[in-house]
Amino acid sequence: MSNPFVRVQEADFDLSTEVNWLREQHADVGAVVSFIGTVRDINQGDEVNQLELEHYPGMTEKALEAIRQQAHQRWQLESSLIIHRIGKMQPKDQIVLVAVASRHRENAFHAAHFIMDYLKTNAPFWKKEWTPEGERWVDARLSDEQAMQRWLSHNP
Amino acid sequence: MVNILYFASFREKFGQAQEQLPAQFNTVGELLAKLAQRGDEWRETLIEQGHVQIAVNQDMANADTPLKAGDEVALFPPVTGG
Repeated sequence: MSNPFVRVQEADFDLSTEVNWLREQHADVGAVVSFIGTVRDINQGDEVNQLELEHYPGMTEKALEAIRQQAHQRWQLESSLIIHRIGKMQPKDQIVLVAVASRHRENAFHAAHFIMDYLKTNAPFWKKEWTPEGERWVDARLSDEQAMQRWLSHNP
Repeated sequence: MVNILYFASFREKFGQAQEQLPAQFNTVGELLAKLAQRGDEWRETLIEQGHVQIAVNQDMANADTPLKAGDEVALFPPVTGG
């Protein structure tokens, strides 16, 4: 059976539906933090008309679950959810949802931030974007790597 | 045999998503050295640019990771999801 807390899918998602589902998993939830990443219409100064997300079936899901487990070991959380879309998307479309439910807000804030920083650098996804000049693969950013590295020494 | 997968820009540069090679490599590094002999594109991408990411059986690996028959080796550029 597939893991309901880690989903890689072409379909869009609905924030309210997913947060309500997550909250129903546990009664002892006092805080839910959610993050949505969306497609921008500009990157590195160029207009972006379309984005395509590629992944590594099997490994991607495994990597996302490993990140989620790390967050649960690091903070006291009731539940968490990662949804990441693949395939073609347009500007303003939703790409990724991370939602974390905990008893108190601090843990949920930290864990959501941690999961996104690790997802950006450790989960096998690749973005290709279409600009008026043609298509190109998006380069990894040093700032994303640095954001992930912070968690190695920093323990809120 | 070892099963080799290429993703994203690597798949496009090498013109293939997947191939099988005889299991004659002790480590990932030996496999990379062999692939690099195929030409400039391969050598630059896998050796010289120094940013190849490696997974063996869907776990992150490196050039020293040992290989055995039946392994799945994935080669890809730094990830850019989220």
